[in-house]
Amino acid sequence: MHLEFHRIPRDPWSVLVLCGDLDMAGAPELRREVAQMVAAGDSRLVLDLTAVDFIDSTGLGAVIGSLRRTRSHDGDLVLVCPEPRLQRVFEMCDLDRVFELHESVDAAMGASA
Amino acid sequence: MKGANVKGANVKGANVKGVVELLIPARPEYLQLVRTVVGETAAVDSGLDAERIADLRLAVSEAVTNAIEAQAISGVDDRVLVRCNLAAEQMEIEVTDRGEGFDLDGVRVLPDVESPERLEYESGLGLSLMRRLADEATIETSADGTAVRLVVRFAGTDQET
Repeated sequence: MHLEFHRIPRDPWSVLVLCGDLDMAGAPELRREVAQMVAAGDSRLVLDLTAVDFIDSTGLGAVIGSLRRTRSHDGDLVLVCPEPRLQRVFEMCDLDRVFELHESVDAAMGASA
Repeated sequence: MKGANVKGANVKGANVKGVVELLIPARPEYLQLVRTVVGETAAVDSGLDAERIADLRLAVSEAVTNAIEAQAISGVDDRVLVRCNLAAEQMEIEVTDRGEGFDLDGVRVLPDVESPERLEYESGLGLSLMRRLADEATIETSADGTAVRLVVRFAGTDQET
């Protein structure tokens, strides 16, 4: 598996930490993980991409799908993405206009409190 | 990695320093291997900085992702060829699949990113990313397959396209 997940409860949020590559191999895994969490009632998600080594357009698509899924359950999804190399990919796809890219979990939760 | 062939060769010819060929099963699990090989090949004598190598890895990843998807949609069980030509002034990468091709003029235009409808689309950014990241990106597609050619020029040889 190229992508690993760690769930950390931070009431009222749930933090999902990703480690590895978020590409065509990792994207279905992210979708599955988010679907499970939302189904379990965790629809306010912090997606922590700090330890993601690589993201491409398929990975970005899975992040968009995750946002849509949380919102469809009256939740929300915020991103932690402090790495410039990843921020650049969001910017090239104009998705920095959809997602605010926070420097830390605390900043992400604080901005959306 | 089992199932993938990597060939390296010195090729005689004008400005050609070497060729690396990678023949991979059309499965997402092999994307990471492709990125590693392309990144390491680009790091040899190219003078490319880390950001430009990251651009190249991303562009190639997009091309190979499209190739894997194309073959899956077409039901073609064949390998995808990734060929890196390292020359004195540029690196050229060709990604070739045996899918059924697609209509280049029919590629959909995504809604504005701030429109609510934009969130309905989880794909459709790969081609534009490739074109943006590479100094040259050409796509030849037919019913027999698609060949994507990406070129990244080295420092001091940059040209606007």
